[in-house]
Amino acid sequence: MEYAQQLFGQFFGTEWGPVLFSLTKNLALIVAIVLPLLLGVAYLTLAERKIIAFMQIRVGPNRVTFFGIPWLAGWGQPIADAVKALMKEIIIPNGANKTLFIMAPILTIAPALAAWAVVPFSPEMVLADINAGLLYILAMTSMGVYGVIIAGWASNSKYAFLGAMRSAAQVVSYELAMGFALVCVLMLSHSLNLGDIVKGQQGGSFINWYLIPLFPMFLVYFISGVAETNRAPFDVAEGESEIVAGFHVEYSGMAFTVFFLAEYANMILVATLASLIFLGGWLPPFDIAPFTLIPGFIWLLLKIAFLLFFFLWFRATFPRYRYDQIMRLGWKVFIPLTLVWIVLLGAVMQLPPAMLNAFPLNLWFH
Amino acid sequence: MSFQDITFYFFATVLVASALGVITARNPVHAALLLVLAFFTCAGLWLLLQAEFLAITLVLVYVGAVMVLFLFVVMMLDINLDRLREGFWKWFPFGALLALVMAAEMAMVLMGRKFSIGQMPAPPARAADYSNTKELGRLIYTEYVYAFELAAVILLVAIVAAIALTLRRRTGPRFLDPSQQVKVKRADRVRMVSMPSEKKE
Repeated sequence: MEYAQQLFGQFFGTEWGPVLFSLTKNLALIVAIVLPLLLGVAYLTLAERKIIAFMQIRVGPNRVTFFGIPWLAGWGQPIADAVKALMKEIIIPNGANKTLFIMAPILTIAPALAAWAVVPFSPEMVLADINAGLLYILAMTSMGVYGVIIAGWASNSKYAFLGAMRSAAQVVSYELAMGFALVCVLMLSHSLNLGDIVKGQQGGSFINWYLIPLFPMFLVYFISGVAETNRAPFDVAEGESEIVAGFHVEYSGMAFTVFFLAEYANMILVATLASLIFLGGWLPPFDIAPFTLIPGFIWLLLKIAFLLFFFLWFRATFPRYRYDQIMRLGWKVFIPLTLVWIVLLGAVMQLPPAMLNAFPLNLWFH
Repeated sequence: MSFQDITFYFFATVLVASALGVITARNPVHAALLLVLAFFTCAGLWLLLQAEFLAITLVLVYVGAVMVLFLFVVMMLDINLDRLREGFWKWFPFGALLALVMAAEMAMVLMGRKFSIGQMPAPPARAADYSNTKELGRLIYTEYVYAFELAAVILLVAIVAAIALTLRRRTGPRFLDPSQQVKVKRADRVRMVSMPSEKKE
């Protein structure tokens, strides 16, 4: 690494060398994050089809394989789907706003990928270790809704427009509950940096994780996350039985696939954030021998996979919410609940230090 | 020219261009989207000033929430461009006067002796672990707590007023109470009837 830095210094001079070196290094790191993420997205679609198939007593994809190896049957399906999508024609409807029509999928996937910049994968592995990491993620995820709105408007189709309107109202409503749930977390951790939030949950076992004192907030955050990603049972933006496919009804080929990728990348992001913030990130559930032997990164992956399973489980088992019930859940249930919890947490934090340092409270308040 | 200068000029160019686009774009949806771009580049400029909390909040509040609702409304409007342009020359002197006053005020700030750049000391360099957010929070809740609470109350009044202005009590809306729906037991809906089986004739 230092050798490469010297090489850049010799080549571009002392002023530009360090700048160009850090640019190249960051680009390489971005590729190192995005490539596994997109692979994860591809295989999440396979996992979804397989798991839902098992829940409905079907087999799921079991044909496409690599080099004819029989026990890999089904594992080639995401690759085959990607190749198929790449080959298809992108149809731009009559009267559509061409620029915005093409821009919409890009605007959906860009924030979904950009948010990963501040996600720590282990104590040292993080691309940008910024102070306001949590705020940055909130800001990036709140940008994702533009892709949906623009897609709905630029398609020049009533179904797409209805889907976009529904999605805009839903995402803006649930962002509030999500933000308030995260306020509770940063009251406990005194930090907006994701690495520091995980370090605040250290202490020997899973009892120290923020899941225990903030369990209702975990539920609020996770359900709001499902609603933010427009997944079932909150998928009224797509609503294939009511408005065909919602905002992406006019999209085909790779343009549609990019929406699809963004949805799954957002799912993985919500699961990752929930495991970092509430489930102790890379910390093992018990700080004793067999658990500490497994590296922290594997623990994080296990927690993410566990939460992603819930996304798929919800889709297989819950019927779609009615639109007014979605709004009721967001505004009349979640937001009051989070507000009460913030006040409660603030009151506990104002207790005399002797009580905060006594047994049950000293686990979480340091 | 250092890398930071190049970043500044890039953001500044995009900001000025998109702001010009907002007032010249014919399509109101394009104008709203260009305003989003202007906010976003402005946040980039603030980041260069090391005001990361303000920059991210600008994106979170204005781009993520306010402009979404704005776009929502603009897309629903059926705008007739000819009617929009009707009163242009009638209102032109008034608009020009406003622009002149604004330009004069800006000139006062930028060129006046009291406000010129020489009078403003450069902000002191901060350590790497200096948290902008924490410092801002400390000031808001200690020194400026009354002003902050007043602003919060004014916003609350605005929310209440907006709801009071638009709330209409309609007669006879059909409404389901979800808590009652959840509470329903089988016995409320189904009556088990025990009937003797009928014999075949």
